[in-house]
Amino acid sequence: MIFANNILTIITFLPLLGALFVMIVPGNDRLAYANIKRIALVTTLVTFALTLVMWSMFDPQNTSFQFVQNHEWIGNVIGYRMGVDGISVLFVVLTGLLMPMAILAGWDSVTKRVREYMIAFLVLETLMLGVFTTLDLAMFYVFFEGGLIPMFLIIGIWGGKNRVQASYKFFFYTFVGSVLMLLAIMAMYWYAGTLDITKLLKVQFPPEMQIWLWIAFFASFAVKMPMWPFHRWLPEAHVQAPTAGSVILAAILLKMGGYGFLRFSLPMFPDASLYFADFVFFLSVAAIIITSLIALVQTDIKKLIAYSSVAHMGFVTMGIFTANVYGIEGAIFQMISHGFISGALFISVGVIYDRMHTREILAYGGLVEKMPKYAFAFMVFTMANVGLPGTSGFVGEFLVLIAIFQVNVWFAAVATLGVILSAAYALWLYRRVIFGALTKESLKSILDMNPREMAVIVPLLILTILFGFYPAPILDTIAPSVEALVNQISQSVGMGAEPILPH
Amino acid sequence: MIQAIVFFPLIGALIAGFFGHKIGHRASEIITSGLLVAAAILSWIIFIPIAFGSGAGEVVKVEIMRWVQVGDLDLRWILRLDTLTAVMLVVVTSVSSLVHIYSIGYMADDPSRSRFFAYLSLFTFAMLMLVTADNMLQMFFGWEGVGLASYLLIGFWYKKPSANAAAIKAFVVNRVGDFGFALGIFGAFVLLGSIDFDTAFSAVDGAKSVSVSFFGAELDALTIVALLLFMGAMGKSAQFLLHTWLPDAMEGPTPVSALIHAATMVTAGVFMVARLSPIFDASPFAMSVVLIVGAITAFFAATVGLVQNDIKRVIAYSTCSQLGYMFVALGAGAYTAGIFHLFTHAFFKALLFLGAGSVIHAMHHEQDMRKMGGLRKKIPLTYAMMLIGTLALTGVGIPGTSFGFAGFFSKDSIIEAAYAVDGWQGTFAFWSLVIAALFTSFYSWRLIHMTFHGKTRAEQHTYEKAHESPISMMMPLYLLAIGSVVAGFLFYDQFFGKEKYIEGFFGQSIIISYAIIDAAHNVPTWVKWSATYAMMLGFVTALWMYMLAPSVPNKLAKATPFLYRFLLNKWYFDELYDAIFVRPSFRIGNYLWKKMDDKLIDDMIVEGLGRRVKSITGRVVKMQSGYLYHYAFAMLIGIAALLTWMVVAGGLI
Repeated sequence: MIFANNILTIITFLPLLGALFVMIVPGNDRLAYANIKRIALVTTLVTFALTLVMWSMFDPQNTSFQFVQNHEWIGNVIGYRMGVDGISVLFVVLTGLLMPMAILAGWDSVTKRVREYMIAFLVLETLMLGVFTTLDLAMFYVFFEGGLIPMFLIIGIWGGKNRVQASYKFFFYTFVGSVLMLLAIMAMYWYAGTLDITKLLKVQFPPEMQIWLWIAFFASFAVKMPMWPFHRWLPEAHVQAPTAGSVILAAILLKMGGYGFLRFSLPMFPDASLYFADFVFFLSVAAIIITSLIALVQTDIKKLIAYSSVAHMGFVTMGIFTANVYGIEGAIFQMISHGFISGALFISVGVIYDRMHTREILAYGGLVEKMPKYAFAFMVFTMANVGLPGTSGFVGEFLVLIAIFQVNVWFAAVATLGVILSAAYALWLYRRVIFGALTKESLKSILDMNPREMAVIVPLLILTILFGFYPAPILDTIAPSVEALVNQISQSVGMGAEPILPH
Repeated sequence: MIQAIVFFPLIGALIAGFFGHKIGHRASEIITSGLLVAAAILSWIIFIPIAFGSGAGEVVKVEIMRWVQVGDLDLRWILRLDTLTAVMLVVVTSVSSLVHIYSIGYMADDPSRSRFFAYLSLFTFAMLMLVTADNMLQMFFGWEGVGLASYLLIGFWYKKPSANAAAIKAFVVNRVGDFGFALGIFGAFVLLGSIDFDTAFSAVDGAKSVSVSFFGAELDALTIVALLLFMGAMGKSAQFLLHTWLPDAMEGPTPVSALIHAATMVTAGVFMVARLSPIFDASPFAMSVVLIVGAITAFFAATVGLVQNDIKRVIAYSTCSQLGYMFVALGAGAYTAGIFHLFTHAFFKALLFLGAGSVIHAMHHEQDMRKMGGLRKKIPLTYAMMLIGTLALTGVGIPGTSFGFAGFFSKDSIIEAAYAVDGWQGTFAFWSLVIAALFTSFYSWRLIHMTFHGKTRAEQHTYEKAHESPISMMMPLYLLAIGSVVAGFLFYDQFFGKEKYIEGFFGQSIIISYAIIDAAHNVPTWVKWSATYAMMLGFVTALWMYMLAPSVPNKLAKATPFLYRFLLNKWYFDELYDAIFVRPSFRIGNYLWKKMDDKLIDDMIVEGLGRRVKSITGRVVKMQSGYLYHYAFAMLIGIAALLTWMVVAGGLI
């Protein structure tokens, strides 16, 4: 039982321990670097294994928080409180899954300051896991904002040419959001007298206050998602970030916004969520259509995928604020699935970037000839991005659309247009990079994926297809908690997901 | 058994796809083809007792595993087997196995044959999942799966830019249809409470009176759902307005055209409407739309087919047109007649395509009929097979008797059913189809004349070397030719004969509307003969224009330049769509990117604010120009401030 009680603490802080080890490895030669990489990889792998153990011990039927720890820390204000429920548990697993892949993605391409690089990633992992496991609002804020620091460093030190400008933007956006959220957190504390999330979930904030709190949290989460029109930092950050940075950014950091909406905005400010639902739908639909159209004309592969991420996150925000089971389960599923699909896409881009050192679409063409394995993997991920049934990308999108259809047919119709646009930009990208005749001199000696790259890509490929045909492991885990959440919301505001059934 | 039929092709696809380079091309060919032949034999073993023995039995459902369970939504992977499915199983596996075998010869020189066979088998698997679906979402899975396979196969020769463009076009245009299909599924779920076929159908009666308001107008909800679903069918079956991808799809290897773009995938829309016939049947307005769209397509595609010079494109437009016939049958309520035509059409259209492939093979990949002619002497067997296909397509037979080729029975059933529909819709559909029959006959014989008769216009070298195809290519032609001859009279009773036969055959798997069947059987004699007259007129005209007075077509084209160009350019649909959808999308995308995203949001608002801050405080200048660490540091200070506050506040309270 001691293990079960402390498993979240172990998972969350194990990467930090790894970082300490990395710090004390002596020397700065190749051998030391090799050891550092190995330590980082083993740490993240063990963490991942532990997250799987935790998932297997998790009881989906129990809708309250599990593996709970609750210790007072600073007065009765901040506590060391940990716990997961059906909504957060899979984000922990997702983080665990993608970290080893991120480490492997930079295995050969990162050559300078390897020690700092690995420390940054391991610290980042702890902070990200903390976001999903903590049950204290102040701690949440620390983890949530603290995660930006290592990400700044990753982009700023190991990034591309315009990294400073990109990180400025990153800073500017997040700063505004986080200041507002901090004020809201203080206000909540003054009203409720606690920052314990489990207690806050039971507090009924007055509707006028909810409005302000909702806006303040929205400012932070909408930037993080990112929702249109607060997305402009993302393409920049992705383009400048090293491959592993992009993977973590797209796969996990973006999900923190969605998680925040689910954990705070929806259950704590249900009246405000209802009040703002149409506004969110509008922004979501705008994201789906506008960023898809922008993706269509991109000339940089990473930028294209970044814009398509914004479009996909539009489905997530839309699903969350339908506040019915289809929408929320769809949104969570979409976040998990987008986690490994976008991660895989950025890793795929990294594979060819490592070889050619360019992200320009026009620099490629005809790769299928020399890289058939790569072409196959990229095809699967492209199709998943398009939302083809049989890939995990479909299930979430389908559930969200069926949910929004019950709430507002018009938003549903416009959002569904996204399936046409996504097909257009994704296939157009694939055609220009992979198909066509291989005529460019520089590409003639390009090599297919090596075993290390395969070790990263193949598991993601299997997951993409597995969860497309059999999403039950994910849906079964989240269903009871989501149902409880939906019940709670509809009780407090009476906005059920009642379909307009004639019978 | 049904599991074996569905999963054999998948196994073949996986083996050929993943291990093709290890086991070699020949092994891939044999394994995929062998598994497909096995699946085809099993399909016939299921089908024959239903057609000639016990009739339709209980619906068989085999659950494979769970899929999506959320709230009231409970979707599983289920293989459903009833008569309608059995018909499709026979069509799909038979044509597919023959196309596999044919491809062994046709693709013999291609360096990536394993990949080709993997795609073919993958397609077959997706198509079988589509026809065995027990709920709309699994149908949608198969639907998109065949779309993917079609995309891969059209673009199989990935070095050709035109093939790539055609592949993307096919996928995206189909997605336009899928947009409607998806919304239709959502609508059905909301309206009927389920998207399982049986549960949904049983809720149709209760949903008949439900209406939704649409800008103040009250519209029937079922009609909207049916029309949205039909939009999907229009995309997949290349109906008028969403047809533009099909002719371009001919960029793919010819066996692909035979399998996917003639016999199976493009009929998925027809199958869908038939499968969902309880929903469509509840909405007379939706039925009229199906009827009219079908009639327009049949007519439109036939007119374009009149002037095309690419042998495959002629057949492609013919396919488009024949699919229109099927939809007319569905729209008339004569669902079984539509399925009948689907069934017979699969044989003779696959025969025509594979025959054309044999011609192209003989002519070293020449597809332009203006550079053919006189091939009758060089490839007599192919010529004979093409003749049989043409006789079947044009519907040669003697009305009132059971003498006739396959297309005669099914096509005449449809024309009679169209005549039997009341109101102007029926009249419109009937005349459209009769005129389309005339055109069909004309372009089919034009194709035969231009390709096989007269003096050759081919380069001498190519003509000299033209040769008959290998046995692996001819065998499928023979078998399809048999089907094209006998499939009509052998199965007429089951599909469109006496009511008790139809009911015994189909059971509950499809709506059988006795009124329309009865009316169709009792149309005036001239109606029964109308298609035959039209067919003969088309034959005579083609004979005159292309054999007896070969200068006439040119004169005619010169005399009516506008009409000729209009038809040659396919009514200018590609240009129209390019101008109103494709180019504007890119232009809007560019505008949104450069003007809104980069200029407005980024430059003016975000960086503009940044600049303002910069002008106010000198210190920020350093941060602007400076290092990332500063920002990180600022962040840390923020967090530290929070912690301090917490401590202080916590201490105070």
